[in-house]
Amino acid sequence: MSNNTKSLKKRSQLGEIWQRLTRNKAAMFGLFIFLLLIFCAIFADQIADYDTKVIAPDYDHLCEGPSADHWFGTDELGRDIFARVVHGSRISLVVGIISVSVSLLFGGFFGAIAGYYGGTIDNIIMRIMDIFLAVPSILLAMTIVAAFGTELVFVMIAIGVSGIPNFARIVRAAVMSVKDQEFVEASKAMGASNATIIFKEIIPNCLAPIIVQATLAVASAILSTSSLSFIGLGVKPPTPEWGAMLASGRDYMRDAVHLTVFPGLAIIITILALNLLGDGLRDALDPRLKQ
Amino acid sequence: MHKYILKRLLMLIPVVIGVTFIVFFIMAMTPGDPARTILGETAPQESVDALREELGLNDPIPVRYLNYMKDLLRGDLGESYRSKTPVIKEIMSLYPATLKLAFWGMVFAVVLSIPIGIISATRQYSVLDNVSMVFALLGVATPNFWLGLMLIIIFALNLGVLPSGGDRDGWLSLILPVITLGTGCMASITRTTRSSMLEVIRQDYIRTAKAKGVSKKKVINVHALKNALIPVVTVIGLQFGALLGGAVLTETVFSWPGLGSYLINSIKSQDTPAVLGCVIVFSISFSIVNLIVDILYAYIDPRIKSKYK
Repeated sequence: MSNNTKSLKKRSQLGEIWQRLTRNKAAMFGLFIFLLLIFCAIFADQIADYDTKVIAPDYDHLCEGPSADHWFGTDELGRDIFARVVHGSRISLVVGIISVSVSLLFGGFFGAIAGYYGGTIDNIIMRIMDIFLAVPSILLAMTIVAAFGTELVFVMIAIGVSGIPNFARIVRAAVMSVKDQEFVEASKAMGASNATIIFKEIIPNCLAPIIVQATLAVASAILSTSSLSFIGLGVKPPTPEWGAMLASGRDYMRDAVHLTVFPGLAIIITILALNLLGDGLRDALDPRLKQ
Repeated sequence: MHKYILKRLLMLIPVVIGVTFIVFFIMAMTPGDPARTILGETAPQESVDALREELGLNDPIPVRYLNYMKDLLRGDLGESYRSKTPVIKEIMSLYPATLKLAFWGMVFAVVLSIPIGIISATRQYSVLDNVSMVFALLGVATPNFWLGLMLIIIFALNLGVLPSGGDRDGWLSLILPVITLGTGCMASITRTTRSSMLEVIRQDYIRTAKAKGVSKKKVINVHALKNALIPVVTVIGLQFGALLGGAVLTETVFSWPGLGSYLINSIKSQDTPAVLGCVIVFSISFSIVNLIVDILYAYIDPRIKSKYK
């Protein structure tokens, strides 16, 4: 197959997937919100200044309700909640993407090895994964954070590690469904090494379930970050993290509901968008599932 | 079948060893000195050294782990650094409250989600279906600690009809925590029930049953539901893990005197034996629920039962 035909085929496949995705209104809504989140994360400093609006207290405007000056109101230290929610998107997105990358890298590696080689190697890797799966993921993340500290990097590692078993299982299943196909046989016959077969032939052909899982995992990583911060084991104030904002707003919920409402809504909308996008991607990447 | 159950129970042993191994080593890497934490910053160094010796903290980590496992075999989870009481005793006194919350949370989720899922599937794309699916999506996306806070604001602070926390008001204290804990599970189970039912009611044998004149109610409840239940039961089992994790957060929001609050306090005060004990208990509970789910499969689907023989 010439390079031109190859790229044409690739383009048309991507085009078909995109077309199927655009037909799904819910998924497009999810994508729009996700892009908005990325926009907020990138341009957070331009939207609201970090030092003056997000961190510096303003004792003249404590716990004020939503107004034209402060769209989401102000918090217990007079800081603008809208500015903090916008800057919070940066943390959520960074933690979500990096921790899922950790899960994907290690889970994908172990899953691919287990699925490709099978037998004893598969058994050993998957039994170890079963042990990790026996601990509810948030508890595992809590334990890791408790041991190493509540710095952002450890929160990301903790959430990433707790997601490894899920990725390992999904990649293993995907690899097993592909590894006996003719193109893999052909690659073997041509003398390709196992590493080449796994990473150049098999993995690119089982990306669909991995992409879907990654999208959904970003949502659950954002949720886990907020959960950890909420119970005081994650990002600490004054850093504008949504879960931490909720935790500090708790003490004022009788008189200033907006302190807890807006960060919570930010979490819900983000998770909802990523779930809708994940579901849409699943349907678009594998239309058989929808049928 | 008995052989299978026994085999699965025996498989719990490597799981427990693995879980303790992982959590023990993670906790052993905790910076800081537990002896110093227990005695306080002002305690003299000699006392700290003596306590380190007494707790076996000067031994290498593998030796400490082996000692811990030896004690575990005798049902001894060690002594809490904070309260100086046996961890097993504290867990036993707090775990029933967590189990009570998790049990009622699951009951709340299952009782509501399965009928909603069935109705959604049988009336696909109706207003009812769309409304319930929107709620299911929101339910999955809502963090339970936020939902808990909103319920407290509405029902405890504003309306004043339900207590905002604790467990002193009997079943009234259970209502808000149970809704908080069960909503996420309910949403997941509803979505699974709906999609599983949709798949089943398009099968040929359902069409045959309808063609033979069997009433719609009987087709759904007798012919379709049982076959649609397998993925639902799987999700219920998996959700139990989420429920245990969620219980930790829910207990924090509602000051519920259970194992979750105890675990968080233990983590914050670096109480390694207490943290290990809690994680082991949660993990064993989760594994047992998964075993029960596997056994339930056999009762729902005779084809699976025949495989166990």
